[in-house]
Amino acid sequence: MVIGEGKPIEEILSMISDKKKLLVVGCKGCVTVCSAGGKKEVEVLSSTIRLARAKDNNPIEIKEETLERQCDTEYLVLMRGYINNYDAVLSLACGAGVQYCAEMYKSKIILPAINTNFVGVTEKQGIWTERCQTCGNCILDRTGGICPITRCAKSLLNGPCGGSSLGKCEIHKDISCGWQLIYDRLKELGLTDAYEEIIPLKDWSTSRDGGLRRIVREDLTL
Amino acid sequence: MIPESKLSRLLEKGEFVVTSECGPPRGTNPETIKKKGELLRNCVDAINVTDNQTAVVRMSSISASILLKQMGLEPIMQMVTRDRNRIAIQSDILGAAAHGISNILCLSGDHQKFGDNPKAKNVYDMDSIQLIQTVKLMRDEGKFLGGDPIVDPPKMFIGAAENPFADPFEIRVPRTAKKINAGVQFIQTQCIYNMDKFEKWMEGLRERGLHKKVYILAGVTPFKSVGMANYMKNKVPGMDIPDELIQRLKSVPKEKQSEEGIKMCLETIDRLRKIEGVSGIHVMAIEWEEKVHEIVENAGLLPRPVI
Repeated sequence: MVIGEGKPIEEILSMISDKKKLLVVGCKGCVTVCSAGGKKEVEVLSSTIRLARAKDNNPIEIKEETLERQCDTEYLVLMRGYINNYDAVLSLACGAGVQYCAEMYKSKIILPAINTNFVGVTEKQGIWTERCQTCGNCILDRTGGICPITRCAKSLLNGPCGGSSLGKCEIHKDISCGWQLIYDRLKELGLTDAYEEIIPLKDWSTSRDGGLRRIVREDLTL
Repeated sequence: MIPESKLSRLLEKGEFVVTSECGPPRGTNPETIKKKGELLRNCVDAINVTDNQTAVVRMSSISASILLKQMGLEPIMQMVTRDRNRIAIQSDILGAAAHGISNILCLSGDHQKFGDNPKAKNVYDMDSIQLIQTVKLMRDEGKFLGGDPIVDPPKMFIGAAENPFADPFEIRVPRTAKKINAGVQFIQTQCIYNMDKFEKWMEGLRERGLHKKVYILAGVTPFKSVGMANYMKNKVPGMDIPDELIQRLKSVPKEKQSEEGIKMCLETIDRLRKIEGVSGIHVMAIEWEEKVHEIVENAGLLPRPVI
């Protein structure tokens, strides 16, 4: 899922300093699961803003809302009846949700309340880690199910580099060396021969370098 | 053999070669690199020019290599894949070759976190093994990565680094094999302090006959002081410095430590020369270029062969 994290409250307060009526909108998708932008976070953030503004003698009116998702128009459209009563929308959705909301409500200022960090997993309660950089050209079949693009700090396709030490990456003692993980896994699977095959230059055109990425499924389009 | 490269010709001839390195300056004065080059003239066969090592901004490796070349020296241009995409890499290879640079060392490069621009975006469009393949393709097939022919392809002797002390140790031989399959012709190793481990790695190469497919230049760095040894042990990624070496340095008075460091370096060189498959040494006297002549001379490796 998409993992996000709330922005510092000072940053949010500065974004909305001149707003008197604010619509704070959460999302019940990924950001609810990672406790960054669900109903609960909408409540906590709204209360914090109200308190901070009251303290500054600059009260603010807030409406709290949490949509099923902000990356689908069928849910965004539900705000149509009341969105214009507010100076701005503070969205706790991921970057996609914030932008889709802005696309639908062109005359409204839509502000992000969270940073969208990565596509990852819940490692433990309260701990999320990245697993995928959405390069659009998966090679997990060749690397024991562990992604070198994501797990290696240099995204080396033929790692590890000379900085791998005792299973850790040279950049931080708490970060595992992605290629040590890959090699260990290949060994467990009895596939160490695969290590010596050179992974060729990657086609990055399916990644961030190719402009807006788009998938069209003829079988599903109306 | 790559006739354009003196290093290649010497190795082919069976000479035990000596290389060293120069870090380009953090400024524009060409005299800085020329001074370093002058210190190395006649005592080494080729000189590595580092490419923004430890991710600290310096004069470009390509331009510093050109300056050395203009002095009649033999540069080994280091190229990291951290800062350039495949377009810039191919372009710089052409440019370097146009200036008569005929040795390239293909590296992934230190992570930007260690440098003076930790907020930079790294590129890594390719890794060091893919860079080796790229240079080989351009040279041997006369083609760009995009498939178009190159008019006057670059003639480069292709090198890479290997760190026998990095983990996991068991893949260090397979990784070298991978580089050989990609087309590497010489390997310069990380600084060797843990001799037992290095010998084990060499043994692994010999078992697979890899020492006959690539020239291994063993890396050495003399300690200047206990402080430097501790810094390298604890702060430099990929270093393996046994405690007894530091103890030995500590056992002599401070003013004698650099002398002892050089003595230890000479002992290492002596052992390295006896190892089957070691084709030369790479002396990395970091910001201590003035000592290289003394080291090479006392190792009995002067005069350098003329070819």
